Amino acid sequence: MKPGRFTYHSPRSLDEALATLQVYGDDAKVLAGGQSLMPMLNFRLARFEHLVDVNRVGAEYAEPTFGDTRITIPLLVRQRRVERSAEAAAALPVLTEALQQVAHPQIRNRGTICGSLAHADPAAELPSVLSVLDATFTIASSRGVREVPAEEFFLFHLTTSLEPDELLLQVSVPRPPANQFSAFREFATRRGDFALAGVAAVCEVDAAGVVTACRIAAAGVAPTPHRLTDVEALVTGASLHEDLWPDVEAAARAQVDPTGDIHASAEYRSRLTGVLVKRALADIRGKLEATRA
Amino acid sequence: MSDTLVPEGTMIGRRLERREDERLLTGHGGYLDDLDLPDALAAAFLRSPHAHAKIRSFDATEALALPGVIAVYSGADLMEIQKPLAPKVQHPQLRDYPRLPMPPVELHYVGEPLAVVVAESRYIAEDALELIEVDFEVLPAVASTAVALQENGPLAHSGDESNVAVLLTQSAGDAAKALAEAPNVLSEEFFVMRGGGHSMETRGVAARFEAATGQVTIWDTTQAPHYARQQLSVIYEMAEDDIRVIAPADVGGGFGPKAQFYGEEVVIPWVAMKLGRAVKWVEDRQENMVTSMMERSQTHRVDVAFDDNGLLLAVKDVIEHDQGAYCAGLQVPSITTSTVPGPYHVPNIAIELRACYTNMVPTSSVRGAGRPQAVFVMERMIDRIAEHLGLDPADVRRRNLIQADEFPYKVGIMFRDGSPLTYDSGNFPALLEGTLERIGYDEARERQAELRAEGRYVGIGLSVYIEGCGLGPYEGAKIRLTNKGRILVTLAAAGQGQGYETVYAQIAADGIGLDMDFIEVKTGDTSRIPFGQGTFASRITATCGPAVMDAAKQMRERLLDTAAVLLGCDASEVDFVGDKACLGGDLEKSVSLQQLAQTANIGKHGITMPRGIKAGIETSSYFSPERAAYASGAHAALVEVDPETGEIEILKYVIGHDCGNVINPLLVDGQVLGGFAHGIGNAMYEEPVYDVEGQPQATSYLDYALVSATEVPAVELFHIQTPSPLNPLGVKGAGEGGTIPAPATIANAVEDALRPLRARVTRAPITPARIVDAIHRAESTSADQD
Amino acid sequence: MRDHATEFPTRTQDETHTVGCTVNGREYEAVVDPRMTLADFLREKLRLTGTHLGCEHGVCGACTVIVDGAATRSCLMLAVQADGAEVETVEGLAEDGELAPLQQAFKRNHALQCGFCTPGFLMSVTAALREESVTDEEQAREVLSGNICRCTGYTGLVKSVLEVAQGKESQGKDTEA
Repeated sequence: MKPGRFTYHSPRSLDEALATLQVYGDDAKVLAGGQSLMPMLNFRLARFEHLVDVNRVGAEYAEPTFGDTRITIPLLVRQRRVERSAEAAAALPVLTEALQQVAHPQIRNRGTICGSLAHADPAAELPSVLSVLDATFTIASSRGVREVPAEEFFLFHLTTSLEPDELLLQVSVPRPPANQFSAFREFATRRGDFALAGVAAVCEVDAAGVVTACRIAAAGVAPTPHRLTDVEALVTGASLHEDLWPDVEAAARAQVDPTGDIHASAEYRSRLTGVLVKRALADIRGKLEATRA
Repeated sequence: MSDTLVPEGTMIGRRLERREDERLLTGHGGYLDDLDLPDALAAAFLRSPHAHAKIRSFDATEALALPGVIAVYSGADLMEIQKPLAPKVQHPQLRDYPRLPMPPVELHYVGEPLAVVVAESRYIAEDALELIEVDFEVLPAVASTAVALQENGPLAHSGDESNVAVLLTQSAGDAAKALAEAPNVLSEEFFVMRGGGHSMETRGVAARFEAATGQVTIWDTTQAPHYARQQLSVIYEMAEDDIRVIAPADVGGGFGPKAQFYGEEVVIPWVAMKLGRAVKWVEDRQENMVTSMMERSQTHRVDVAFDDNGLLLAVKDVIEHDQGAYCAGLQVPSITTSTVPGPYHVPNIAIELRACYTNMVPTSSVRGAGRPQAVFVMERMIDRIAEHLGLDPADVRRRNLIQADEFPYKVGIMFRDGSPLTYDSGNFPALLEGTLERIGYDEARERQAELRAEGRYVGIGLSVYIEGCGLGPYEGAKIRLTNKGRILVTLAAAGQGQGYETVYAQIAADGIGLDMDFIEVKTGDTSRIPFGQGTFASRITATCGPAVMDAAKQMRERLLDTAAVLLGCDASEVDFVGDKACLGGDLEKSVSLQQLAQTANIGKHGITMPRGIKAGIETSSYFSPERAAYASGAHAALVEVDPETGEIEILKYVIGHDCGNVINPLLVDGQVLGGFAHGIGNAMYEEPVYDVEGQPQATSYLDYALVSATEVPAVELFHIQTPSPLNPLGVKGAGEGGTIPAPATIANAVEDALRPLRARVTRAPITPARIVDAIHRAESTSADQD
Repeated sequence: MRDHATEFPTRTQDETHTVGCTVNGREYEAVVDPRMTLADFLREKLRLTGTHLGCEHGVCGACTVIVDGAATRSCLMLAVQADGAEVETVEGLAEDGELAPLQQAFKRNHALQCGFCTPGFLMSVTAALREESVTDEEQAREVLSGNICRCTGYTGLVKSVLEVAQGKESQGKDTEA
């Protein structure tokens, strides 16, 4: 389990990194935190002629910024950095909740948020969370910079819209309004495992307790983060109440078509998705009640 | 466990910290891959990507051209060592297929080695593997016992007549008659999944040939260095004295798979001899996942007959055992057959074993070794009897348990050591009652009823088990007074973390009557002690322990006799104070161990020995138990199941354990609790799944779930000590008892929790997905019936 | 943006890099193949063999070391990436031959058997206890959950974490040395 040979590039600026990708992109892989890439290299499941290690492009890319309207997470922000940030917990509690369930601290110390998103494992936590946070993915190359929403970024299992010469420069999300409540629920075999299914949900709730906007995405049940639009439609305009749960559960179950594997049958994953959606919404209701109490 | 009852000056029974720890805690352990072997080359094996295939052609031209590659050998290049690796436990009716170190023609499981690359580094060796071209003829594969036993199904070995390795039966009384006449009979089919050893250190072998002496030194992570040497001696046609097998002082866990003998252990030293260079191979985890032997996979079809009071009348069990691609030994299935009756009176027994070949990695012992499956079946059926009769499962156990005054108890069938299955000692009712009391059984039942009313699913699982341990044929020890005046205890047994350096110093200290500080223990090196068997089957304390005690007592006699001559007194007047043998406790009239060594061992060149002194202070002893001893225990679990997710939360877990007399309570607790964690893995997590083509599906720790600290619950552990009459120390094995009943206990608890939903648990591991699927299956079945 | 193409000559397959880093307070410099992992660098180049490789895919945790203060899987990091870093390994825990409190607790509580996973546990827990307080068993298990031990069943490990977190290292000795 030793990596095969590659040529190692360690660009010292973003320009240099993009230029390197421009030259070697087709045969190159970007190395950020390496917590998914390095196992693949060790297993020799993946092989790249060139490894472009972006870890030294500049310390400024390692810190999130919390602006008035947007929160921005550049490419070198470690997962642990955001997990332990009080500012992040206040502004994006759903991200903090999800990060705590990503593998273990030793992995999160090195793993980056952008790296996990670019890896696009459908069972991972972050893609679904960033999907419901209405994230904008900023993609850079020597050709310029472009921005795409989550649904255009995640294309398939381990596949994004990143071109070979492109780099996920940052991901940013609008600062949620004060009436937004969120929850992340997943169920994994063991602590730190990839989830058998996961659900990220955000709801905006008016003074009367009626949901005015809602985004819900499931992880681990489709090749990309799966927006549960039928559930969103059910919940929007309703108030979060137990009477709603059976319909929510059924709608969620009906809207996913997962595949079975050695860990769980397809049917189980559908049922689990329904259960997790219900529980995530119950969490949101709990948080809502806590603020009003 | 407290050691307040241990008499002053006695080391046996004392809760001592380990001598091994300091080096291991500071990063100075000496595991195989840590050894300084300057200029050692690295080896890597090319392995079969197919479950069943023939090698049509093999071309290593490109690999050999890669800079840094020293040699590439296919199996066909090393025909001189392609001799069968014999099954460890045989049977006259076994249809054995030769397991060759590196088969030159036909391969029978994914991961089977077919060529070896030797290179300057492991990195380069792995590069070279990618450059070897092999053309395979892929053959149909057998990936389950069900397929193996199909009529006209595929054959695991081409040209064979069937996939059956052996059919064995065990019987007592007349089970067929009892089943036919019994008022109640219940039947069920159970499946227990494969699982691996997963020692954190993988396997490894390094070897260096010394042309000047004609001797090869082999470092091997084996649990059984003498066994490895014997196998190599036969295969290499070399005298055993020319083969030195060393199990390094630090081996990172064993758990059974390292007690087996593998092709890599034959190939690496041979290649080192051919090349005249030191060669090292350290298995990586990817290899370990598919090539280290596994265990467990068995299907049981069981019928139990019982009267209206829940008394067992008969047990019939038909077992399909997955032997894997070759028979590495019949120990596991034969242990299963003898473990089914367990701690219960079973007047009529009929057990039928069908061991068959499949195209998966061979199976052999993994911590528990055939016992967890048997206990799973029996304990599940005891619960079903209780359910059927509306009795409390604890009561059904009480009524059937062998009582404390019935030992020795003859079960009526045979054990795998060749003797009639006879339990030497135990107190099963005390184990059960102690466990029930600690789990708070009666309160738990009341609470269960209350919670059920609230729609919560809490269950209680119980298991009582026996464990044949301390198996023969023998184990031994040598004790020598060193020239520096210290006592050196040498064991053939090789440890993998059990604390031998501490435990056997404790025993020797008591035998000699000397402070432990002057006693050192060395293990696992065939050049230091000629005979040995190895660490497996929870046997070392019960076999090596008595040998050490006996050799130590002899050593005391030798030391005191020698001292008495020098002091001019009777040996009975001499005893040790520190490292001095003193007359009447007087330090002024004493000789030190160093002086004794000087006189009797070092001597003076050409000078006559003082009269009365016997030269050479060295003793040895080999202990051969009459038959296996029986450790026993009871487990109880209180769990809550979330019927929506299938999550099992273990609320409380109690273990009652009886391994006879205890040498070091700290270490015995460690063995039981560690074994328990392994058992929780088997109960709820570990599944090395193969697909229908025989392709392993769980080949990383992302897919094969080992338990971490968050999955293993806290355990309340208590011991009772029923000494074994079969050895002078009264000890039994402790290595596997934590593992054996855990799957049964969890399964019983989960089914008990879900009883209102009528979901059935018939398979281990019990995973969340299977629980939810079982609940919905039960719902639709009852809906069909409505 | 400038065109960098001409500035990057095709590098040969045998390129090597020089890594300079501090390990346990001592400075080292070595020439490495870029594909060499940090774990292999520590073990083979520096002969600090206390860091063990149990799975080489980041799950078992035996190779955990502390890099610039953060517990890190040394099998999932390249040696070249540690250039300029401060690395701590198990060999650096004891001071002047005196076991650190955590090491003492492991010994006292039989938190190790085969010892292969032990260095990884020590480094993970050392880093965790610097970062956060651990007050109960659940937190202790959480702190341990990124490492796998096959021998002990974690009981002694949990106890050790709690004792050290609560500064009890010198108390409650119920075993003899």
